[in-house]
This record gives sequence, C-alpha cells and structure tokens, in this order.
Amino acid sequence: MRPNFSVLFLTTLIGAAQGLFIALFACELLSPTALEANFFVGGSVIILLFSGLGLLASFFHLGHPERAWRAMMMWRTSWLSREVIALPAFMGAAFAYGVAHHLEMGSNITIAVGVVGVVMSITLFVCTAMIYAAVKVLKEWAHPLTIVNFTLLGSASGFTLAAAYANFMAPELTMNLAQVAFFLTAVSLVTRGSSLLRNANLTPVSTLQSAIGIKHPRIVQKSQGSMGGSYNTREYFHGKSAEFIKTIVPSFLVLSFIAPLLLVMSVPVLAFILQYVGLLAERWYFFAEAKHPQNMYYQGVA
Amino acid sequence: MTQLALVIDLNVCVGCHACVTNCKQWNTSGAAGSLVDENPYGLNPTGTFFNRVQTFEVGTFPNTETVHFPKSCLHCEDPPCVPVCPTGASYKRKEDGIVLVDYDKCIGCLYCSWACPYGVREFDEERKVMTKCTLCVDRIYDESLPEERRQPSCVLACPPGARLFGDVHDPESEVSTAIRERGGYALMPEAGTNPSNHYLPRRKTTIAVHEDQLYRASNPHKIDGAPFDQNMPSITEEL
Repeated sequence: MRPNFSVLFLTTLIGAAQGLFIALFACELLSPTALEANFFVGGSVIILLFSGLGLLASFFHLGHPERAWRAMMMWRTSWLSREVIALPAFMGAAFAYGVAHHLEMGSNITIAVGVVGVVMSITLFVCTAMIYAAVKVLKEWAHPLTIVNFTLLGSASGFTLAAAYANFMAPELTMNLAQVAFFLTAVSLVTRGSSLLRNANLTPVSTLQSAIGIKHPRIVQKSQGSMGGSYNTREYFHGKSAEFIKTIVPSFLVLSFIAPLLLVMSVPVLAFILQYVGLLAERWYFFAEAKHPQNMYYQGVA
Repeated sequence: MTQLALVIDLNVCVGCHACVTNCKQWNTSGAAGSLVDENPYGLNPTGTFFNRVQTFEVGTFPNTETVHFPKSCLHCEDPPCVPVCPTGASYKRKEDGIVLVDYDKCIGCLYCSWACPYGVREFDEERKVMTKCTLCVDRIYDESLPEERRQPSCVLACPPGARLFGDVHDPESEVSTAIRERGGYALMPEAGTNPSNHYLPRRKTTIAVHEDQLYRASNPHKIDGAPFDQNMPSITEEL
C-alpha cells in the first residue's frame, strides 16, 4: 500500500498523546508525593497539542475535508467512523482533565475524568488499529498483532514523552516514567518484531489463478488496460526501490526501539524525538509491507 | 430479491476495448460529471475508467492462449467496500443489488478501495470522490429508451456479444442459465465477497468435419471428373 504522510502523522501523533494521557493518570494515582496541578494542566496541553495536530493532519488525506463531519455517521459498521468519534471524545476528556486540575476540583473529580480519559485512550487505540485490522484482504494487517502494536507503540512513545516532560516539570518522576517507557518499548520491540516476521513469511491467499479464474500454473500479464498508469498502479504500491525497503526496516528498529532503550533513562527528550521519527518510519513501513491482492491485476504493461 | 449482474464470456471476448470506450463515453456524459482524464494527449495519460480490459498469456510458448479479461465492479453480494465506508456514501441497493457511491456524501478517504480485493474502485482526482461501475443505473431504468436498449453501455457495445446482463437470482434468466450450463465462476472465491458478476470459462472449440465435407462429395464436378479433382484420392463408395 502507498503510505500517506497525513495518516502517518495522525496515527503517530495521537498515539503519543494517548500514551501520555495514560502516563499522566498513572502519575496521579501512583505518585508518592503530591503533584502540582500545573503538571497535569501542562500535560493536558501537550496531549491536546499532539492530538490536535494529528486531527489536523488527518484532513489532508481526504478528497473532501469539508465533508469530514459525515464520517461520524456509520459508526455501526465502520471502524474509521468509530475513530472519527473516539478522537474528539478523547480530546474532550483530556481537556476536561486539564480543566479539572486547573480548577482544583479535587481528586474525586479528577480521578473520575481520568478514568474516562484512559478508557477513551484505549478505545481510540483499538479503533485506529481496527481500521487496518478489519481490512480482511490485507493479511499483513488483519491480525490481532496490529491492535497490540498500535497500543504498545503509542503507549511506549507516550511514556517516553511523559519522561521527557517530567524532566522539566517533576524531575522526581522522570526515572519511574523512563522505566515504564523502557519496559513498553522493549515489549513493543518483541510484538512489532513478531509481526515483521509473520508478514515476511505470509503466503498470499489469492493467486493470479484465483484472480482471473484460470487454473494454469503459468500465466503472464501482457496488458493492464492502460499504459500511463491508473489509480490502481498508484494507491497500492509504495513506489520505492528494494534498496530503500532494505534500509527502512533497520532504520526504524534502531530509531523506535534501540535508541530510546539506550537514551530514555539519561536523555528522555532526545529519546522521544528519535522514537517519534522512528515511529514515522515504522508506520511508513506498516503501509509499504501490506501487499494488496489487487496488485495481481497490475503486473505488466504492453 | 433481484441481483443485477454481468456475465462475461472469456471464450468470446476478443479484447477490442469497445466496452471500455462505450462505458467511458456513457459515464463521462452523465449527470454526475465527467470522468477525469489527465494528460490525455501527453506522455503518461491517466484517467478514471469503470471498466478495463486486461490481457493475460496462459501457457508456455508456443502452446499459449491469449485471454482477454474485462474487469469492472463485481457488485458483490457481501461487498467489503460497503461496511467500511465511514459516511454511508458507499452502499448496496436493496432493490437490485447494485453497489453504488453517493458522490455527494463521499469524503474521498479511499478506505473502500483498500477493502476491495479486485481493485475495481478508482478515485477521481478531479472530483475528489471514489468512483466505480454503476451497471449504468442511469440507463437501465430509463423508460424513454426502447426496452432492448435499457442495458449497460458495455453490454450494448460488445461486438461479439461476450457480455450478458440480467438478474442472477432469477434461475430462469439468461445470465443464470449461462452460469449454470456453461460453468460460470466467480473471481477470488476465497475472499468471501460472493461476487454477483460471473465469468464463463474458455472452451475447446471443435468442429466436426466429415470426410465427405472435406472432399466436397456433393460437388457436381466430381461426377464429371473435372481436372482439379484428378489428383485426389477416391474417397467415397457412392461416387
């Protein structure tokens, strides 16, 4: 599939925001010392900034962004529609969380809002991942690992971001947050690694034989119905060379996992920046590695 | 329940692209607006088509067969493109089973085209909406047309008559009979989409030739012993 940069930014930015919300709420529940309200207010601002930028980015992959509101209509069947509802709901919860802390409404209210926010955060992880996992024809995506990876990668980057943020606002929490970020990054390396291995060894369900219904072992396409290319030759191919693909996988493994594992305890800000860039590359490859069965109809031009 | 569909005979299709051009002509002239054509006279012309004819070579030279393969929306009974649509722009009509896109509701998110395993939806880069075969819904019910012309443009255009159109749920229809009697099959049955369009396979074309036809036993010159017949073996007793 062709990676679309607005979707890469959307999924990585909101993932970090969702992870940061979970981290903030964990701080509120588990911090041994009482934290300043400003720590939570500032955190909520960062969450809204990241998810707002993600929401903004999402409009750029639409043909008709002015009709985007319509995407809330089909929540009964479409995971994309559910995500379109869950994202503003999550942002609303993050906003309410910041306001509750700013107005110092008391722990009963902030914890209640926080629980709602965490539930919305996890719901949004599931909705975003299910957009891809629900596409049955893309075997690389249609697997529970997709949900696991979206959730863990988002949470890992969110906790790294939380460690970087705490470094300035509440240094006493930095090490604890960095430890959780380290753990989540390590676990997500295992789960993303598993999906990389799984996808590399997938056998396609459909063949050229089943695609055109002719049961002969040797079929070669001679013409695809157009010579100048079509939507079908653009949308379903990443358009990069094999060498580029060979470099992107080690790049994102180093940037998203190895570098943050090494740096999150000492320089969490740098760890987050590298991890975020790495996750952009990871998401790029997530699209590029999905091989669409329609490509079997577009193998040759004459 | 009616399910309109096409049945395409791969044994008859000669790959002339008449269905492609007539489809484009009809659908570019409709109320929905023209179908995009970028660089139509340039180096890399590209545009939206609802129907394409592709060509495959089957076998190893010299024992090969050229198969022309027309491909358009299969109007699946379980269309994967419909439930994923976030706006409801992509829908399947209850009354006749045609899968359509409401161009006024489509936000152009491309998600439906990911869900379709056949690659029959094409995004219109000018109108910024997803487009696809409509089975010429704007002409098959048009009562101002003579009844025999109320068919999809591709069907009307096909010179050898490789395309049949009708209700595949009516067991007595022409399309159902063709599927039943001529081994009609669906594409990628493993995708679970249950396509309505069917394809009829290639058949061995044989002609029964009898010896008396080969030597034209009924040719009166034979009886006369005309010169061109002299080198031929005597063939039948009755001569």
